[in-house]
Amino acid sequence: MKMKKLAALAIAASVTAAPVMAELVIPDLSYRTGPYAAGGTPFSDGYQDYFNLLNARDGGIGGEPVRILECETGYSTERGVECYESTKGEGALIYQPLSTGIAYQLIPKTTADQIPLHTMGYGRTSAADGEVFNWVFNYPANYWDAASVMVNYLLDENGGSLDGKTLALVYHNSAYGKEPIRTLETLSEMHGFNLTQLAVDHPGQEQKSQWLQIRRERPDYVLMWGWGVMNQVAIQEAANIGFPMENFIGNWWAGAEHDVTPAGAAANGYKSLNMNRIDDLPVFAEISSLVHDAGNAAGDGSNIGKVLYTRGMYAAMLAAEAIAKAQEIHGVAQVTPAMVRDGMEALEITDARMEELGMAQIGPAFSVSCQDHGGTGFGIVQEWDAASGTWTALTDYIAPDDSVTGPLVTEDAAAFAAENNITPGCL
Amino acid sequence: MSTDFLYLVEVLINGLMAGVMYSLVALGFVLIFKASGIFNYAQGVMALFAALTLAGIMEGQVPFAHIINAILGTNIHHFGWHVPAVLAILMTIVVMVGFAWGVQRFVFRHLVGQEPIILFMATIGLAYFLEGVGDLMWGSDIKTLALGLPQGGSRWLEDMTVGWGGDDFYGFYIDKLDMVATIVAILLVASLIAFSQYTKHGRAMRAVADDHQAALSVGISLNFIWILVWSLAGFVALVAGIMWGAKSGVQFSLSMIALKALPVLMLGGFTSIPGAIVGGLIIGMGEKLFEYTVGSLVGGATENWFAYVLALLFLVFRPQGLFGERIIERV
Repeated sequence: MKMKKLAALAIAASVTAAPVMAELVIPDLSYRTGPYAAGGTPFSDGYQDYFNLLNARDGGIGGEPVRILECETGYSTERGVECYESTKGEGALIYQPLSTGIAYQLIPKTTADQIPLHTMGYGRTSAADGEVFNWVFNYPANYWDAASVMVNYLLDENGGSLDGKTLALVYHNSAYGKEPIRTLETLSEMHGFNLTQLAVDHPGQEQKSQWLQIRRERPDYVLMWGWGVMNQVAIQEAANIGFPMENFIGNWWAGAEHDVTPAGAAANGYKSLNMNRIDDLPVFAEISSLVHDAGNAAGDGSNIGKVLYTRGMYAAMLAAEAIAKAQEIHGVAQVTPAMVRDGMEALEITDARMEELGMAQIGPAFSVSCQDHGGTGFGIVQEWDAASGTWTALTDYIAPDDSVTGPLVTEDAAAFAAENNITPGCL
Repeated sequence: MSTDFLYLVEVLINGLMAGVMYSLVALGFVLIFKASGIFNYAQGVMALFAALTLAGIMEGQVPFAHIINAILGTNIHHFGWHVPAVLAILMTIVVMVGFAWGVQRFVFRHLVGQEPIILFMATIGLAYFLEGVGDLMWGSDIKTLALGLPQGGSRWLEDMTVGWGGDDFYGFYIDKLDMVATIVAILLVASLIAFSQYTKHGRAMRAVADDHQAALSVGISLNFIWILVWSLAGFVALVAGIMWGAKSGVQFSLSMIALKALPVLMLGGFTSIPGAIVGGLIIGMGEKLFEYTVGSLVGGATENWFAYVLALLFLVFRPQGLFGERIIERV
């Protein structure tokens, strides 16, 4: 009996005496399985590899190591919420779920739990209004910015006028796919183009009706809001009916390598938006040597440099910079989620800082404020070269029309605030 | 003929062609249900698994590479060779036969005499198992099937018919891949019917489908027949996987093509091979015509809705489907 007590005391002493290992907990709500794995895997690889690089090179952020908690969502909203619930108690500092469906479910939860949610280029567009969505951020760009950037690009291509032109929007028949409609309708009235809307049922494996309609009606341009198999099928169907690829533009979730490769040479010339530049960035060499060669790659290492890998890495960089900013503001290395929110709201990404990080011009320079959680909204247009298997940027960063998107954001955020009894203001 | 009428005809033809693609998936369901009374929820995943295996073999991919590399500390992903399509198809068939044997040996042999709902639930488990194994074996990236199948519309047909209804008629569009799928479906159905009518094992399969116990009493091995049926369903899944995979690349969303087969089965009947074909044609044609005529008035994306509503109507008025066997239970 005495021995048992002694043993129990020894165990208790060893537990309480152990030094508390401070660490920054970053959940990665990934999807490496299921129908959307082809997009989820490279994003998650890039996200984790960047934090692993910081751990290997700098000992973490501000001297605190980063601990990644990966949780597989399978792109299922229910499983995404389960992942949130199972990881938030670990001291999670920020969530980036890479799913509009999960993002919508997490907005009230993260707000109640006071954990920042970053939905980069997806999620609820009006979250750009920081006075209503105190805990949600969607910099550097959102869907309405994307729609406006597309139209601005086409205006530029058509000598400043789209009057009388017809634009067809092929969209995933979901909350995500319907996001740009309102902006495009406003822009069609402003610029005098006709907008044809073509909804595609989930998952988008069968699109014959939509592309026969495009063949009959011959729109001048086709814009696409797709994800997963919808993208590959749409590009193949466009090629099948002989629609000119140079007049087919997808949003930034319809412009990865795996979206175009199944169509082979027929996809040559397809265009898409991108919120981040694809380039041979110096940071990739560091990741290769310090993370992959050390056997700490998140995946098999084959995705490095790809569109969604780069975007995942970019997302991680923005999170790391916000954490560093929070450490700077509060003067502590072990920051809390509320401190990270402060860091996000004070975030300033400059060209010099991106160059210093080995990712020069990966995105536009921007700053965040209490009022503006949305960033600049800039996007580039890139084109697929099937022969070399590479994306080439056709433009520099194009600005959206803030006079159109701004009032829409304000209106939608005000409606959300009224529905949820939120008094807009800064924290 | 007016342009509108010609475009309506075009929609109708393309609907029929799409229906053939649905039928290819539905056929696998029918084979297993007819022979064993099991509604095989895993049929869509079998199509995915078969297509993944074919693409993996053709590309010379090392199966279970991630696990091997993790255990042995190696970094191998490919053998460095490419297997010719015909050989790869034969090897995939062998894999699907092995899968059929495994399913029978390790799952359904232990569930003989169980309620249909238990067997159905077993196939749900099988679907998840197979999807996971497929991921572990071949990875989750999208694969291209380089089988040389034609893509795109028939330019010859377009050129022949352009301008028929006026200057704004651009000629009939028919996808060459859909034409190939139609020919393949015809050959497949003819082969299945010939097999079941004129071969010893085919007749044994029909006997088992009619009455298990009577078939057993005359010396037919139920075990062998069920392996045979699952193998045939695996082969049909491979054909469906090839045709659908040629459109979109081989990826995990292929497993969801089963959703397109369900209304076809409800309409054509779960026990009829011709029913699967006719059901597919009706669903394909109906949903495309509905989308063309009504879709734009209600916001589009009506095809899935229409297919299931049509199937529901059949369930109400003719629950056994067009060609299904009427179930009469006397008390």
